[in-house]
Amino acid sequence: MKGATFTKNETSLITTRLDEVIKWGRKNSLWPLPFGTACCAIEFMGVVSSYFDISRFGAELVRFSPRQSDMIIVAGTINYKLAPVLKRIYDQICEPKYVISMGACACSGGFYDNYATVQGIDQIIPVDVFIPGCPPRPEAILDAIMKMQKRIDREPAPRRGVERRHEITDKFTDSH
Amino acid sequence: MTNPETAKHDAIVDEVRSAFGDALLDVDRSYDDLALVVEKAAVHSVLAHLRDARQCDLLLDIAGVDCMDLPESRTRFELEYILYSIPTDVRVRVRVPVPEDDMDVATATDLWQSANWGEREAYEMFGFNFVGHPCLKRLLTHHEFQGHPLRKDYPVMGGQWCTTTSDMTEDLEERQGGVPK
Repeated sequence: MKGATFTKNETSLITTRLDEVIKWGRKNSLWPLPFGTACCAIEFMGVVSSYFDISRFGAELVRFSPRQSDMIIVAGTINYKLAPVLKRIYDQICEPKYVISMGACACSGGFYDNYATVQGIDQIIPVDVFIPGCPPRPEAILDAIMKMQKRIDREPAPRRGVERRHEITDKFTDSH
Repeated sequence: MTNPETAKHDAIVDEVRSAFGDALLDVDRSYDDLALVVEKAAVHSVLAHLRDARQCDLLLDIAGVDCMDLPESRTRFELEYILYSIPTDVRVRVRVPVPEDDMDVATATDLWQSANWGEREAYEMFGFNFVGHPCLKRLLTHHEFQGHPLRKDYPVMGGQWCTTTSDMTEDLEERQGGVPK
């Protein structure tokens, strides 16, 4: 998109590839779905608010419906009872979809080394970016979104209706 | 300095001892708290007595203990009812030794409604069978969960994948009809 100039009363023309335009649009308008279950979700609210202002990166339009969002931010502890719910929500997001695992609990179970807590959500859904911290600083979340944008830019643009990855075994029977 | 609670505790111990005799196995008064150790068969009548005669109008919690490998314990499990009396400002615990081969305990749901969820939790975590409970099923863990996770012989990392999302509709319907209003 570089080098384009717009002059008054003059027709401008930009030549590029369709993939590049699609990727440019996608990476600068990531609509996040906050799957907040613990204190990380409180920290995420700080990132959305004016001081840190996630809208500088085009990701301020927080949607609470999986049908309307591109990126799920899993912020908090995920236990075994909640695992099928998270999988179902992920399945309901339309392609292309991206996953950020925010904080120690979502990434690895955190300090909950016990029978109740899933030891990392990558056992359930494919994760694009992991954010360490308990909870992470707001800057770390912004950094994760920038990393996600770089990743979208680097990869070939996924087409609608095409599943990106299949390596996660389906543990649940009723997800759709 | 004597604790102001001591006289109240003395009165309760004397009264329970005269009413129930040998069913009161022991009295634990460590840290100025009162715990009555009661025989399993008599627990419901002792709880009812404390509620009606000693005004213990609150059942704060029901706790389970797995005494596995504890040298001083007589039985594998213990149940502990934590009672509080608002009018007399007295806190009483009722401790019940429960052997592993006979985990039937009379329910306290007819005495306090708060016993409902407390007993469900004690059931799912330890496996106590509360006889007469209106709906004795799992409260916190998934309904597909197998075993009792707070038992000492349950593996600490023994997480279980559940295949379905759980639906609360059935629970809510049962709550309408299954619990005393």
